[in-house]
Amino acid sequence: MSMKEHNQPLQLNFSEEQGMLLDSAREFCRSRSDIFAVRALLEHELGYNESVWQEMADLGWLGVAVPEQYGGAELGIGSAVPIVECMGKALLSTPYISSTLVSQALLRGGSQGQKETFVPTIVEGTVAALATLENEDWGDEGVTVTASSDGSDLILSGIKTQVSDAAAAQLFLVSVLAEGQQQLLLVPASALSDNAIRPDTLIDETRRSARVDFTGARVSQENLLPGDFATVMRDIRLLGALLMASESTGSAAACMDVTVEYLKTRKQFGRLIGSYQALKHPMVDILCAIDSAKSFIYHAASVLGENALDETAEAACRMAKAQSVDALKFAGDRAVQFHGGMGFTYECDAQLYIRRAQWSQQAFGDAAHHRKRLAVLLLDS
Amino acid sequence: MQAEKPDPAALGEFRGEVSAWLADNKPQDPGFLLPQTFMEVGSEQQLDFLREWQYKLWSGGYLGVHWPEEYGGRGMDPTFQGVIDSELRRHHTPITFNVIGLGWAGPLILDIGTPEDKAKYIKGILSGEDIWCQGFSEPDNGSDLGNAQMRAVRDGDEYVVNGTKIWTTMGNYAKYMILLARTNPEAERKYDGLSFFLSPMDVEGIEARPIRKITGEYGFTETFFTDARIPASCLIGGEGRGWSVAMQTLQYERGAAAGSAGGQSQVRVVIDDMIDAIRGLKRDGEPVLSDPFARDELVKLIMEEKSLALADRRSRISGLCSDYPMSLPLSYKLRVSEYQRRMRQVAVELQGSLGGLYVGDDEVPAGGFWQRAYFNNFATTIGGGTSQIQSNIIAEQVLGLPKS
Repeated sequence: MSMKEHNQPLQLNFSEEQGMLLDSAREFCRSRSDIFAVRALLEHELGYNESVWQEMADLGWLGVAVPEQYGGAELGIGSAVPIVECMGKALLSTPYISSTLVSQALLRGGSQGQKETFVPTIVEGTVAALATLENEDWGDEGVTVTASSDGSDLILSGIKTQVSDAAAAQLFLVSVLAEGQQQLLLVPASALSDNAIRPDTLIDETRRSARVDFTGARVSQENLLPGDFATVMRDIRLLGALLMASESTGSAAACMDVTVEYLKTRKQFGRLIGSYQALKHPMVDILCAIDSAKSFIYHAASVLGENALDETAEAACRMAKAQSVDALKFAGDRAVQFHGGMGFTYECDAQLYIRRAQWSQQAFGDAAHHRKRLAVLLLDS
Repeated sequence: MQAEKPDPAALGEFRGEVSAWLADNKPQDPGFLLPQTFMEVGSEQQLDFLREWQYKLWSGGYLGVHWPEEYGGRGMDPTFQGVIDSELRRHHTPITFNVIGLGWAGPLILDIGTPEDKAKYIKGILSGEDIWCQGFSEPDNGSDLGNAQMRAVRDGDEYVVNGTKIWTTMGNYAKYMILLARTNPEAERKYDGLSFFLSPMDVEGIEARPIRKITGEYGFTETFFTDARIPASCLIGGEGRGWSVAMQTLQYERGAAAGSAGGQSQVRVVIDDMIDAIRGLKRDGEPVLSDPFARDELVKLIMEEKSLALADRRSRISGLCSDYPMSLPLSYKLRVSEYQRRMRQVAVELQGSLGGLYVGDDEVPAGGFWQRAYFNNFATTIGGGTSQIQSNIIAEQVLGLPKS
């Protein structure tokens, strides 16, 4: 048999700590991010409420996956899954995923000094952003930003696109070509020139990203991460896929709830429209798709460790992303359709979900991207 | 039942014993296609083969081991039968075909039958000598079991039964039927008018006509009752209690721990079997497994199979089921049956031109196994409540949507 991975015994665990995080995150997100709060932030420059962000840091959420020596709770990256799922359910956008991924990259590929200097500040709420997107399909070819030595420091040249949370970030982790090698480099926001950040107009108005011109930024050679670039990048992309999957699973569930509520109250032709099977059965398909997604994200959470991801973990993260964005796309699409004329309006909350679905599907690779890579893991010997 | 609680070492030893026995006693390939499920026994040839296999398994001491010794079991803990069942799957043995007896009637009789019932019925169920069938569905009441219209009228120490049952598995071979019939058409609630019988089949006025399926084969009958007189002693659970007895009966088939005698009612087919079956085929001159369309389809299927296995795990972790606690249990049948149908459908599709051939053709891949399996799988997406009825139930009970 060539099927290497999917015959492994299935792991699906849910620790007491994860349960407590899920309960407190659910309550926190519900109270801090009701739909009015979400809408109030749509035109906000940073896209999030800074006091809510500070509360999240104070709750220790930015440190759940960080070892105690760097100020964290050392519960493993799987503990971020329930937090992000709840954020997704409440459409609570913050730089949580970006900052978590940068601290994970540092823990996995940083030097001792880099970990000691930067990770505790991220745990305390310093916003960090990942500037590693090279092309629109999230493939891993062609780093174009260069970092050339002027004898003592590195001078950057080039542009990164769609850098999430760039405007809020105090620290960037950038993929660069330095001495012909692809490497990861820490760049403080203070090193950027004026007007280096040009905000994007996003389909999901709850999010923020920007085009960042790193040209002219000068940073110390010591800001290069010594870890293996390919391994760290692969793991960060997979963790990004899992966190985006967790958020999407939460958003899809909220989208389904909004639609179900409408189907229970809207009458046409003298009947509640939720009694029509043409609307009922797709809702069941959506429920089952979300159930699948939820199983996959917690399965992935159960197989991740602090070391480089193995094939089981890789497959689990990819399955989680492929399944959850398909679920969210489906839920968002049907939410608009099933709200009828109301669904076509900006006023209807269905737009928040269908817009989020379009953004989330591409982030860290769309479903086809992950299935293509799963095929290699699962079908090729 | 005095059963000794097994320790892991005893179970491990027992597993070894069963495995060795199966290696020696598993039947050879008979040279004709065997049924994959108990709903597909369509010829005397298949029946004889399966009956012989079940007898061998039971007399070897590996079927219904947790049933009482006096009735043909061994009085062991159900965990031992669970070990046997997993070894049967692992050794890819044929099915234990007398499923309605082993998983439905037998445990029911052990639970609520009289000592006479137990002495009369249980051993024949285990040995395969007495085949049982199930008379629940009717031509006009497929998914709506509670609306069953077959009439049973008390006349002295007999009931006179009139009406028609359909989708009776092995109705033409069965000695007994578990029968749901209406004894009181005036009952206020339709459910309260039903009674449950252990009916003999060899009675004047009962005729089982085989139904030819889309596969061209047999496996079910339409069963006609015309003034059929069955003994009043066949009533089980009391008159008017038929619905709750029927619901109780449905609980056993979940496995040995739930009361079933064990064995396997179907040959498990997983995605790896399908991938192995198509591995040698080609598209555009290249192995089918390198074709981008095939790869994407196969990955989707692998994911769904994995997701179903994870659903089983997750349903036991309440903290991960708090949003919709009944979602996973109520949707499992829908998802598994639809997945299995889809997987078999893709297996036919990926055969290309060969998918146009059928059972009986010399060139058809795997003797037409996948073509036939695809068609037969509709028994699971239609039987036991169609996928569409399942969707209604989930929409109403899980999502709280209004009734259709």
